This record gives sequence, C-alpha cells and structure tokens, in this order.
Amino acid sequence: MKDKVNMWTGVAILIAFVLMAVALYGALVFSPEEKQLGNTIRILYVHVPSAWIALVAFGIVSLSSVLFLWKRNLKWDTLARSSAEVGLIFTSLALISGSIWARSFWGWWWTWDPRLTSTLILWLIYLAYLMVRSYATEESRGARYAAVVAIIGFVDVPIIYLTTRLWNLAHPPPTVARGALDPIFVWVLMVSLAAFTLLYIILLTRTVEQKNLQREIDQLRQSLK
Amino acid sequence: MSEYLGKVGAIIWKDILSELRTKDIVTSVLVFTVLVLVIFSFAFEPESEVIRLLSGGILWVAFTFAGMLGLSRSMAVETDKGSLQGLLLCPVDRDVIFMGKMAASLLFMLLVEAAAMPIFLILFNLPVFLPSLALVALLATIGFASIGTIFSTIAANTKAREIMLPILFIPVAVPVIIAAVKATEVIILGEPLSTARSWLLIIAAFDAIFLVLSAFLFEFAVEE
Repeated sequence: MKDKVNMWTGVAILIAFVLMAVALYGALVFSPEEKQLGNTIRILYVHVPSAWIALVAFGIVSLSSVLFLWKRNLKWDTLARSSAEVGLIFTSLALISGSIWARSFWGWWWTWDPRLTSTLILWLIYLAYLMVRSYATEESRGARYAAVVAIIGFVDVPIIYLTTRLWNLAHPPPTVARGALDPIFVWVLMVSLAAFTLLYIILLTRTVEQKNLQREIDQLRQSLK
Repeated sequence: MSEYLGKVGAIIWKDILSELRTKDIVTSVLVFTVLVLVIFSFAFEPESEVIRLLSGGILWVAFTFAGMLGLSRSMAVETDKGSLQGLLLCPVDRDVIFMGKMAASLLFMLLVEAAAMPIFLILFNLPVFLPSLALVALLATIGFASIGTIFSTIAANTKAREIMLPILFIPVAVPVIIAAVKATEVIILGEPLSTARSWLLIIAAFDAIFLVLSAFLFEFAVEE
C-alpha cells in the first residue's frame, strides 16, 4: 500500500517537474513580448497561477474547516492546516510577483486596489489562522479556533474586495477571460497554471502525510511514557 | 423573544454592574484613546488644511486600537478569575452569552467614543457639531463588537493574548475601517450624507453578516 502511494507520488512529481520546466521555457524563452505589457508578461506566468492557488488553497482551508467543526474528524483539520501552510507560500509568491510586475509596469510597488488589498488581507488571514494554532494552549483548542478564523476569513475576503472596489480600481481585469490576449500567451499561461496546480496538490498531499506521521510519532511517544 | 432579550439583558446588566464597581474598562480605554489622538495632533499640524483629509483616518486608527483594548479587557476579566466558566454554566444558549457580552462591549465602546469625539474635533480644529458622525460610529462599532467579542474570547485562551487579538481582529475589520474612514471624510469635508450612502451600507451589511456568523461560531470558541 505504502509503496503504491509512493510510486504515484513519484510519478506526479515527475510530471510536475516536466510541466514546470515546459512552463518556465514557455514563460522565459518561447513567449513573445506582448504589445502592451512587453516583457513584463513573463512575470504574469508566475503571478496568475500563484494567485489562483492562493484562492483555491483558501477555499480548501475553509471547506475543511466547516467539515471539521461539523464532523469533528481530525482528518479535515489536518487537510485544512496543510492547505493553509502551502497556501501561505503561494499567496506570498502572488503578492511579491505582483508587486514586481506593478513596479515595472505602473512604476509603483503598491496601490490600494481591490485585488491587491484582498490578497494582502487573505495573506494576513492565513497568517492569523496559522498563528492562532501555534499560540493555543492545547492542540484541540487551536484546531477549533483556527477553523473559526478560517470561516470568518472566508466570508470577509469578498466583502473586502467589494469595499475596495468602491474606492479604487487599478488591477487590470482578467484579459484571458475576455479573449483579448493572443492564444499563444493563453497557452503558456495554461501550462503554467497546470504546473502550479499539480505542484500544489503534491505539496498538499506531502504535508498531510507528514502531519499524519507526526501525529503517529506523538502517539507512540505518549504510549512510551 | 422577550424571554431571550431578558436573558441577554441580564448578562449586559452583569457587565454594567461590574464596570460601575471597578471602572476598569471605560476610564482606561478613554484615557488611552485621548492619548492616541494627542500623539496624532503632535505628529500633524492641526492648523493645516491637510488635516481635514487625514482626520478620518486618525479617528478610526484611535477607535480601532481603543476598541481592541476594551474588548480584550472585557474578556480578560472573564477568563482570569474563571468567571467565564460560571457564565457558560448558566442555563442559556451560547448565543445568548455572545449577544450579552457583545452588547456590553458595544455599550462601553460607544461611551468611550462619545467622550473622545469632542476631544478629537477640538484637537483637530474641526466643526464641533457633527451629528452624522454618531451614525458612522454606531454602525462601525457594532461591527467591531461583533467580530471583537468572538476574537477576544479566542485570544483570551491563547498564550499571547495581547498580540493575538490584533492579529485576528485587524484583517477581518478592514472593510469596516475603510468604510468608516471614507464616511467620516465625507462628513468632515461637509458633503451631504448621501455621498457616504454606499459606505454606510457596506458597514451595515458587514454588521448583519458578522453578528449572525459570530453568534453562531461562538459556541465553537468557548467549548471545553
């Protein structure tokens, strides 16, 4: 059983590696310059997938948190926590890459735009989610508190988006959906999205596995006492 | 319904009584708020025109910090002396306890704000009579008290409660803070209140959503 799991993980890692290499080649070499964005489009091949994973990962955190509070199965808590850990990395990546792109294209690092603001707040909520667990006096309390934070955060992020929308709009709208982007760019972006999504799934399953092993070790250690 | 309100009222009354006897929250938080406002008035020239544009932000920075201070004190007294256990043993639903604690915190915060507001208007050379600010303050403070009550309950049970509350509270309170600052700016600049309508609606929506959600989730925050 374990060997079979390991084999599939190995295959997935290999596919992710190849996809990532193709995506990088596509982003840095194959993709031509865009007429408006110029070379800065190369940053977006990293930025858009990271932002996508940031949202997906948080969706999974919130959904598993609801299921955890409802079913009280630690499995859901482990999934939520692992997704939060991986998601925080991708949200950071989205913020950093977005900021670098903004600096080279708009000339400033940061502005209070709806998408920027809500991503930053999402990042802070991820942080609060992970911190409340590590500061909780007991593991089981931390899990419950974190689940509460995730649910409140999940409701809060869209409200932040709407609030800042009233105020400021600077982030370019999704050009891919409007079909304004040449197919060649869309293709490179799609490969990159696939590579990032697969990478997220691999990291997530590895983290879940690591957490389960950790719990097993803790239980063994307890029984030795 | 009236039975429900009676139960909530009993918890509010408990908090008012303990506040009247200890004067623990309102006085200390008020002094803190005034100090924050004074520091800001040192930092910026109160005579300049720019201050009119900045003052909304200044007021809400002061109120946000003051609100967190009051909320963490209100919950700290419950956990420190173990009275939260007593409260939880009361034969009432968890959301009654939440509503009671939330309403009491709201009341104390509004008192502090009502006292600090004239000081703010004077320190920053603004028109002294701005009744519509009371509406903004009321709406925003309901939002603060809703999420603040559940987060301060969580924070009070962690190792670093002073730092945990802001970490939990500020990101979630962002929509209220932004909308309250914008609405305050509109009022201070003397524009008609209808200009601030969408901001006020956002705060009202936030209040409704998070009052219900926090009351519902409170059960998971106090469970032993």
